[in-house]
Amino acid sequence: MGRYVARRLLQMIPVFIGTTFLIFVMVRTLPGDPIRALWGDKAPDPTQLAALRHEYGLDDSLWQQYLDYMKGLFQADFGKTVGGRPVSEILTDAFPVTIRLAIIALLFEMILGLVLGVFAGMKRGKIVDRGVLILTLLVISIPVFVLAYIFQTVFGTELGWITPTVQDSMNVQELMLPGIVLGSLSLAYVARLTRTTVAENLRADYMRTALAKGLPKRRIVVNHLLRNSLIPVVTFLGTDLGALMGGAIVTEGIFNVQGVGGALYQGLVRREGSTVVGIVTCLVFVYLAMSLIIDLLYAVLDPRIRYA
Amino acid sequence: MPDITKSSAKPADDVVTATPDTAIAVAAEPARSLWGDAWRDLRRNPYFIISSFLVVLLVFIALFPGWFTSADPRDADLINHFLKKPELGSFFTADWFGYDNQGRSIYARVIYGTRASIQVGVGVTVIVTIVGGLMGMLAGYFGGWLDALLSRITDVFFGIPFLLGALVVLNAFTDRSVSVVIGALAFLGWTQIARVMRGSVITTKQADYVVAAKALGAGTGRILIKHILPNAMAPVIVVATIALGGYISAEATLSYLGMGLAEPTVSWGIDISSASKVVRNNPHALFFPAGMLTLTVFAFIMLGDAVRDALDPKLR
Repeated sequence: MGRYVARRLLQMIPVFIGTTFLIFVMVRTLPGDPIRALWGDKAPDPTQLAALRHEYGLDDSLWQQYLDYMKGLFQADFGKTVGGRPVSEILTDAFPVTIRLAIIALLFEMILGLVLGVFAGMKRGKIVDRGVLILTLLVISIPVFVLAYIFQTVFGTELGWITPTVQDSMNVQELMLPGIVLGSLSLAYVARLTRTTVAENLRADYMRTALAKGLPKRRIVVNHLLRNSLIPVVTFLGTDLGALMGGAIVTEGIFNVQGVGGALYQGLVRREGSTVVGIVTCLVFVYLAMSLIIDLLYAVLDPRIRYA
Repeated sequence: MPDITKSSAKPADDVVTATPDTAIAVAAEPARSLWGDAWRDLRRNPYFIISSFLVVLLVFIALFPGWFTSADPRDADLINHFLKKPELGSFFTADWFGYDNQGRSIYARVIYGTRASIQVGVGVTVIVTIVGGLMGMLAGYFGGWLDALLSRITDVFFGIPFLLGALVVLNAFTDRSVSVVIGALAFLGWTQIARVMRGSVITTKQADYVVAAKALGAGTGRILIKHILPNAMAPVIVVATIALGGYISAEATLSYLGMGLAEPTVSWGIDISSASKVVRNNPHALFFPAGMLTLTVFAFIMLGDAVRDALDPKLR
């Protein structure tokens, strides 16, 4: 187990370096000079310009800049914006909000998705199954920003159940509706994935055995069927956490949630390269950590899988 | 080869004419390939019929928008038509879906917007299938260090969040045409196909017919193209069709965020973005482009679904 984790961590290093370097190059080659922009329409003072460029390391080669950035990362230093604000401050403001939002979305899609999927899978070809299939097809087809407007209009403006936009981004209650909107697309995938695996596993030998020895139905479904059907679903949910955080930009914008999406958008518009790189680096971290956790969870779900 | 099959087919025909009862049985059960089987299933699947009809219609609209409306989507008439409500009775006229906040016919814009969406969807899917397919096939077939290298490259691109990565790439371009958006989405999107293709090739290359072809001295290129590719394509086609709908949705999302296509290109995403500012009193301006977008994504995903059901023998 320990050796397996060590090997996986070693494998992650080149991926982490590659991804961060790719994003670093993409951001640094953006047109527009944030330092020059500090002067606005006025002609910049060349010595000051050069001094500031030097302070931010922008006069170094791309390699040197990347190496310096990586060195900083080891000390949790994400650099600072052109305005002088540390990027880590922006990250600690934005990430708690988006993590909450993503966890609400994840819980929503997991619980409802599993329930819908199990029902549909057990009644394959029946009305419940067809209903779930058509419903999920619809949810997958509606782009998230359209769904957000529908929910905002129906539940916010028409029914008045919630305020149409979020006032306090850290308030979990207010984040419920945006979270549901964010999780709806993945909900459809979870439901479909569960449905397929449940339908396949229903025919397995252990199901027949469990039925033959007279176990109560609830136990068969929960302990035998569900546990064996969980592996693909867990894989999906694990990688989805990072995707939800990265994909939250639209939902956050519509519901006025002050999270990662908004920070990234501002960073792009203002040409704040270090903010953009910092956010994406954190998301890559989340993605890599989650994929490791999933792999370890496999062994818990399926005792046949052992890591020597 | 052809001679052998012909000569063996001849006596079979004689037998068939001799006993009409077996003739029906033989005719009903020709040697069926995976694709033949799938096609038989598909023709009877109502989901496939509906979705392929929609897809064909959308492609026609994209190719010949002038057949569906005589109005100009860029013709702005602020004085008469500013946010005029739809006249649902007057079919196919400029008034049908009402007017947007610049006095342009929403019906004409919905029709002309199809082109950009279909172009992006098809363009990205074609590039992604070729690039991802090639990467996956090489990695899966040759294995070893090439597999390790290509898989790590795939992991690197896979690790970047799709939407955010596309935003960063597109932000570098001031002139965001359709081809730029296609390039940006394809740049980040090929990993999914590469992974599916790699897995599919790894299972296919152990098949007996591949071993047999190798034993007969077939070259690597021949094995890859004639034996592996046709048999490993099924999952790739399914993923690509479903992803096509996703790319259309992604383009609309990026355009909505102001980082995708830009005016004067007619795009549903741009229209939804400008309509969202007046949505309280003029929901029609949002409803029609959003509805058309949903319908398009729906059609492609339903098509992919139907094809998957037909190609996946496990679900039979």
